[in-house]
Amino acid sequence: MLRIKNLESGYGRLKVLKKVTMHIGAGEIVTIIGANGAGKTSLLKTISGLIRPRSGEILFDMKDIGKLPAEKIVFMGCSLVPEGRQIFAPMTVRENILLGAYPQLRKNNGGAVRDDIERVYGIFPRLKEREKQLAGTLSGGEQQMLAIARALMARPKLIMMDEPSMGLSPLIMKDIFSIITRLREEGNTVLLVEQNAKAALGIADRGYVLETGRIIMQGAAEDLLSNRDVQRAYLGRDLDAEVTM
Amino acid sequence: MAIGFNIIYNTTGIINFAQGEFVMLGGMTAVTFHQFLPLPLAILCGVAVTMIVGAVIEILFIRWLHKPSVLRMIIITIGISILIREISLHVWGESVRALPYFTGTSVTSYQLGGVYLSPQVLWVIGVSALAVAALSAFFNLTMLGRQMRACSANRDAARLCGVNAGNMVTLSFMLSAAIGAIGGAVICPITYVHYDGGTPLAIKGFTVAILGGLGNSMAAVGAGMILGILESFSIWVLPAAYKEVISISILLIILFLKPSGIFGSAEAARLKDF
Repeated sequence: MLRIKNLESGYGRLKVLKKVTMHIGAGEIVTIIGANGAGKTSLLKTISGLIRPRSGEILFDMKDIGKLPAEKIVFMGCSLVPEGRQIFAPMTVRENILLGAYPQLRKNNGGAVRDDIERVYGIFPRLKEREKQLAGTLSGGEQQMLAIARALMARPKLIMMDEPSMGLSPLIMKDIFSIITRLREEGNTVLLVEQNAKAALGIADRGYVLETGRIIMQGAAEDLLSNRDVQRAYLGRDLDAEVTM
Repeated sequence: MAIGFNIIYNTTGIINFAQGEFVMLGGMTAVTFHQFLPLPLAILCGVAVTMIVGAVIEILFIRWLHKPSVLRMIIITIGISILIREISLHVWGESVRALPYFTGTSVTSYQLGGVYLSPQVLWVIGVSALAVAALSAFFNLTMLGRQMRACSANRDAARLCGVNAGNMVTLSFMLSAAIGAIGGAVICPITYVHYDGGTPLAIKGFTVAILGGLGNSMAAVGAGMILGILESFSIWVLPAAYKEVISISILLIILFLKPSGIFGSAEAARLKDF
């Protein structure tokens, strides 16, 4: 579904991503883990078109989207749930959701939008209760739900999520992760970027480890979970030390 | 006037200091067209021309700026306003012009409970009420209006929803130019237009927009009335020449004491950038 080859990108003169190569198949949950500043967010911003790649190619459904602006990429079916939620705070919850449906409305899918709204309200009943509230007044967890709901309204083939668990309590975090699993069961493809490596690898099929802009490791999620280096660096567990004890 | 500020602010978070010039342009072009067109058509053409000017300005000066800072925007829009003023000086000269009264003449008046009103004042009130109603319907009920608000709330997020943010900004400049031009055409039988007439209007309009709370058209009209009444009554205590002083001191007082405006909720203000 998504194929990235030798992607390089950055801000101004600063090069953040160095020769990143990865792929995502339809129906997979793929996660990218890495420390702060490894380039995870930059990678997602580059795929979604908010940052122009410097070189390399991004193929989505066999089409090169590397040079398209963000608003076109959404129309092709590739949505990003941005870091820090980025909802439209001074607008109501319902308006936020409606704006998410903009690509569908443009494709004259107005009838389907009504069903889609019911569908996301089915996934997030809390949002229905707060339909008329200003989005900025929601709690952090609710805002995250709204951001996911808004992205779903575009009926994306690939949904990318940037740190959906950031700043949430463990309980709500669990909710969000179970929703991600549910999205996959409904046939969605998810690219998940997380600092919480353990939770992310727990629900993912495959994972990539990003360090200072390079992919240093990749593999099935279980393999990464049991990998010593990954455990030491990202899961806070040092197997070597445990053995010597 | 103040409504025009609010439109651009609503979409872009930009305060457009060239708004006063849009009012002046609307009045001027309407007067010019009125030489060979009937009044309603002349106003329509004036509004259309001003809208095109608004779009051209946005495309030429604003669009290519990536993430401009607030200060930079203020400087640019003030620059544009000077530019428009000088061009109008060349085109129309220094003469003061006016449109005829829409209905009646400058001496007709209606009596309303002991108050004498010029018919044109009723036109001004009617048109601004209509404009506010139409705009709030547009921003709250249509998808296009929502897109414009989304751009203002969070530009990147709006792009991630597939909204073409650049076009929204152009549209907002056209819309506020149109509102300014309509305003200009409606008030010019009373106040006359002059190539230099935009700036005092801009200051007053800006005061009103701030007083009412930026981004809120309904409140802007209310604030406009308050300001008008204050100005009129100030003649009792101050010489008439100090009328402008009133609006500027109100602007300062509001900015110091309650930047969210008297009708703005503190909560909504906190959710905005500035």
